[in-house]
Amino acid sequence: MKSDLITSLYVFMLAAFIGFEVIRRVSPLLHTPLMSLTNALDAIAVVGAIILAGKQETRLATVLGTIAIVAATSNVVGGFLITDRMLKMFKASRTQKP
Amino acid sequence: MTPMVGSQYVIQLTYLIATGLFILSLKWLSSPTTARRGVWAGEAGMLLAIVGTLFYEGIVSYQWVAIALVLGSIIGVPLGKVAMTAVPQRTALSHAFGALCVTLVGTAEYYLRAPNVPRFTMSVLSLEVILGSLTFTGSLMAAGKLQEVLPQRPITYKGQNFVNLGLLAIAIGIAVYLVLHPDAMYLYPAMVAIPLVFGVMMIIPIGGADMPTVISLLNSYAGLSAAAMGFVLDSKLLIVAGSLDGASGFILSVNMSKAMNRSFSNVLFGAFGQVQPAGDAAQEARSVRSATPEEAAAILSAANKVVVVPGYGMAVAQAQHKVRELYDALTKRGVDVKFGIHPVAGRMPGHMNVLLAEADIPYDKLMDMDEANPDFPQTDVALVIGANDVTNPAARSDASSPIYGMPILDVDKARTVMVIKRSMSPGFAGIDNPLYYLDNNLMLFGDAKQFVGSIVREMTGGGGHG
Repeated sequence: MKSDLITSLYVFMLAAFIGFEVIRRVSPLLHTPLMSLTNALDAIAVVGAIILAGKQETRLATVLGTIAIVAATSNVVGGFLITDRMLKMFKASRTQKP
Repeated sequence: MTPMVGSQYVIQLTYLIATGLFILSLKWLSSPTTARRGVWAGEAGMLLAIVGTLFYEGIVSYQWVAIALVLGSIIGVPLGKVAMTAVPQRTALSHAFGALCVTLVGTAEYYLRAPNVPRFTMSVLSLEVILGSLTFTGSLMAAGKLQEVLPQRPITYKGQNFVNLGLLAIAIGIAVYLVLHPDAMYLYPAMVAIPLVFGVMMIIPIGGADMPTVISLLNSYAGLSAAAMGFVLDSKLLIVAGSLDGASGFILSVNMSKAMNRSFSNVLFGAFGQVQPAGDAAQEARSVRSATPEEAAAILSAANKVVVVPGYGMAVAQAQHKVRELYDALTKRGVDVKFGIHPVAGRMPGHMNVLLAEADIPYDKLMDMDEANPDFPQTDVALVIGANDVTNPAARSDASSPIYGMPILDVDKARTVMVIKRSMSPGFAGIDNPLYYLDNNLMLFGDAKQFVGSIVREMTGGGGHG
């Protein structure tokens, strides 16, 4: 096996551990924003699609890459937008003292 | 390996910083006070990585990239502005889009590289494409069920599990064959098509009440498929983002399954939702006490401590804003009001918290199940609005009940329980609730929004408006 591959597996394992530890600490209060935020971050797959659509190696790759960019970008824009909208609504009680 | 050129280093550096920002983003999300900072960190990382990628020198034309980025943004804006009640279906739809992106990129990569695909690359590519395509159709189905354009009722038939597992096994078989013989290009379309069908079949037997678990599970698959794509493209950034998403979906799925006392396989392979045959005939004779809005208002006003237990029925009746008015009226009288929220109160994890936050209820008044349960014995009134099964004491005591063992909110331990409900008909899972026959329980029959509205009028002005 190539050393690249081993490095990638290390990255995967460490990222999974970090993911569990960080996400375990997210309060159940914010589980819906958590899901929409991780969904937006996951749309970083758009970088792979940009390279496909930009390289234009074959027509198939360009077409699939272009559709993939559309799908992922809508997740980036929509995901961050709705997460921020939700988080803005969470207020502590002192803001509405009688 | 070809040596990296200058711009390559810069791009890799933007990816490295983006990776760090993504992790910080989730770390800051842990508390409502820092959560918005988390969104900004995520946005900054995303922007940096996308701009960095645009400098990739292999790009020969920006035409399609630009069109697609603009089009995606145009679609994304309305998806970011949906109503809070529609967030579950929006989330399912975005899992579908994410999975679509991953599947398309995987497919393009296969045809660019075939027939000479190294075995490891082919393995992760197969994983990427199989998970991606089943998540794509599965999430579309879930979104359709949540939006109620598809029937929410589970559809089951004999041999369903056999058919589903058979489909999955065939897809995996093809993947294994392709790993050994990557030149068998005629098989590739089948490896995409069969999981697409499986995704549909997987969601058909799943009912509305199981949606929180299913959405979380699909979230996890979407993340794992993106991580697999990271292996194919040798992108560490994608591996990290995918694993974070996968881990998050996995944790949420485990939470949701625990909250319903069911295993993953039970959610996926054992359709819930069928109406149980009525247990003992004795319950017919048991009596139920009910109260009017005036009586309810009097009891609430006399209380020191009230815990409101909202369920999805509250959101269906659009009663959250009336509930806020009730919260205000009681707080003004010095009553301590809190909310006890079951993990599956809503159609996705945490959904109820968002709906209550939207109605301007401070988040420090929202308690999760573990915080709320020790409070009930000291609570004067537990007010249940649109929730049923999550308050069913049979889950604690009756081993023959289909929900036996499911963690519930112990509202029956409060001094008085009031349940707002349209009628005595059983809830979503079709299970009778013995809570309603207890001596300390009062039924408030009516529509949640109107009933809460009447209580508020009683408390604030003696019903002067008529």
